[in-house]
Amino acid sequence: MKLYEQDNTLSAQHVKADKQADSKVPNGLWRKCPKCGATVLSKQIDQYATCPSCHYGFRISAHQRLKWAVDHFSDLDERLISDDPLSFPGYKKKLVACQTKTGLNDSVLTGEASIKDMHFAFGVMDPTFIMGSLGTVTGEKITRMFERATAQRLPVVLWTASGGARMQEGIMSLMQMAKISNAVAQHSAAGLLYIVVLTDPTTGGVTASFAMQGDITIAEPHALVGFAGRRVIEQTIQQKIPKDLQDAENLVKHGFIDRIVRREDEKAELYRLLKLGGGRNDEE
Amino acid sequence: MTKNNAAAVVAAARSKQKITTKELITQLFPNFIQLHGDRCGGDDPAIVGGLATFAHQPVTVIATDRGIAIEERVATHFGCPTPSGYRKALRLAKQAAKFHRPVLFFVNTPGAYPGQSAEEDGQGAAIADNLLQISQLPTPIITVIFGEGGSGGALALACGDEVWMLENSTYSILSPEGFASILWKDSSRSDEAAEIMQLTPSDLLRKRVIEGIIPEQADHQQVTAEIRDVLSKRLKKLNEFSGAELLKRRQKRYRKF
Ligand SMILES: [Zn+2]
Repeated sequence: MKLYEQDNTLSAQHVKADKQADSKVPNGLWRKCPKCGATVLSKQIDQYATCPSCHYGFRISAHQRLKWAVDHFSDLDERLISDDPLSFPGYKKKLVACQTKTGLNDSVLTGEASIKDMHFAFGVMDPTFIMGSLGTVTGEKITRMFERATAQRLPVVLWTASGGARMQEGIMSLMQMAKISNAVAQHSAAGLLYIVVLTDPTTGGVTASFAMQGDITIAEPHALVGFAGRRVIEQTIQQKIPKDLQDAENLVKHGFIDRIVRREDEKAELYRLLKLGGGRNDEE
Repeated sequence: MTKNNAAAVVAAARSKQKITTKELITQLFPNFIQLHGDRCGGDDPAIVGGLATFAHQPVTVIATDRGIAIEERVATHFGCPTPSGYRKALRLAKQAAKFHRPVLFFVNTPGAYPGQSAEEDGQGAAIADNLLQISQLPTPIITVIFGEGGSGGALALACGDEVWMLENSTYSILSPEGFASILWKDSSRSDEAAEIMQLTPSDLLRKRVIEGIIPEQADHQQVTAEIRDVLSKRLKKLNEFSGAELLKRRQKRYRKF
C-alpha cells in the first residue's frame, strides 16, 4: 500500500466537502439538519440558525454570526487581497466571486469587538468563502490581529470554520500555519488570554495550528472538528469510522475541548470566560 | 544539477533508491543513542530520536522513519507519524533546549498519519503544539527534508531556524495526486498538478520557503558527506547567535510569508 497513491493527505476530504457546504446553509422553505436528520421549517430557524432538536449550528457567514455574537465590532485589514502566489488558473476569478458573495476580502473577518465592558481582538472565519480555507490573506489578517492584541494587551476570541488549506495557494497556505503560530506564541508569552470557539467545520491545517492553541477551547454542538477527512481515514484504515468520530462531543471525551456551548448561550459564556479567564488582568 | 521537471522530482523523492533514515543516522551520527517514548503512554516508531555528537558538540537528532522490512513499514504507517510521534519529537526538542543542544530534524514523510486512532489521540492538537512550542525554543534548529515533505506533518518538524532540502525531494501542502483529485476530480493528472504546485527545491528556494538545496548523488556516502558539510557550516553560523537573537531571526523568517 502506498499512502500517497490514495490522495491521503490531510485536506483532501475537507475540500471535497465543499460540494455539500451549500446544503448546510439554511435557505429555502425546509431545512434538514445534517446531524440529527430533523426537518425544520425555515421560519422556525431564528437568528442563531440552530437545529431545534439537536442544537447543531448551521454554517453561517461571518456577518451573520457577528449580529448576535458580540455587542459592537470594527472590521480591520478589510482591503488586503491575495496575490495568487501559484498563478493558479481561474483562482483570481473565484476570489472575486467570493468577495462579491460575502462582502469579505478573504475567509476571515478580523478586528476589535466588545461584549458589555469587555474589549477584545477577534476573528470570525467564514465557511462560505472558499470553505473558510487558509489562504495568505486569511493568515495575514489573523497574524495582524494577534500582533495588535499583543501590543494593546487585549485578549483574543477566534471563531474557527475551515476546510483546511487553500489548495490554490499551495505551500504558501502551509506557511500561514507557522506564521500564525508564532504570533499566537508571542501573545501567549505576554500573558494574554486566547479563547477559541470551534464551529462546524474546523479541519486540516487550521485544526493543526491556531484552532488547537487556545488557553480555553469551546465548541458549538455537533461541530465537526478533525484533522484528516472522513474518506481519507476510511481509505487508510480500510474500514468505516463511527459517525460521531469528529463531533465536538467526542473530542470533549478525548480531552481536546473544554466545553460545548450552544449559540444562544455563547455571548454570555464568552463574557464570563473573558472576565474570569484573564482578560485585561493587567488593569488590576 | 537541479531538475526542472517537477514530476521527475516527485518520482525521485519517492524512489526506492532513496537514502534511508537508518543510513543517515549511522553515517552522520556514529555514536547515536536512541531515546524512546512520548511520556504520555506511547512510542511511535515513525519518529526516531536521540543524542549524538556532531561537529564536536552534542546534538539532538529527530527523524521520521518509514522502516525497511515490511513489518517496520506497517508499524511506522509507511512513514506517517502519529500524535505520539509528534509528542516524542516535542519532548526531545524541549530537552535539547534545556541543555542548549542544537536540534537536527530529518524529514521524509507523506504526511501525518490519518487514521481513526490518530484523530482520537489529537493529531491536529499534537501538530499545533509543535508549531507553537518548537518554534519558540531558544536553541539552533535545522531541518533537512530528504524525500517527501508532506504538509502539516512535515511542517511540525520544520518550524525552526533553517530548512534545507536534498535535490530530489519535495515539500508541499498535499500530494500531487491529492491536489489533482481535489481540484480537477482526476488524480491521474498528478504530473500537471506537480508542475503547478511549486513543490520542487528550486521553486521553494525561489519563494524563500527553504534556505538551500543539497546536491544528491547515487552514492549514499557522498549524500551524507554533502549533508554533513552543510549542517556543520550552518550550525557554526547559528551557534554565533544567542537564544534571543535566534528567536528574533526566526520570527522574521516566518513573518514574511
Ligand atoms: Zn439536529
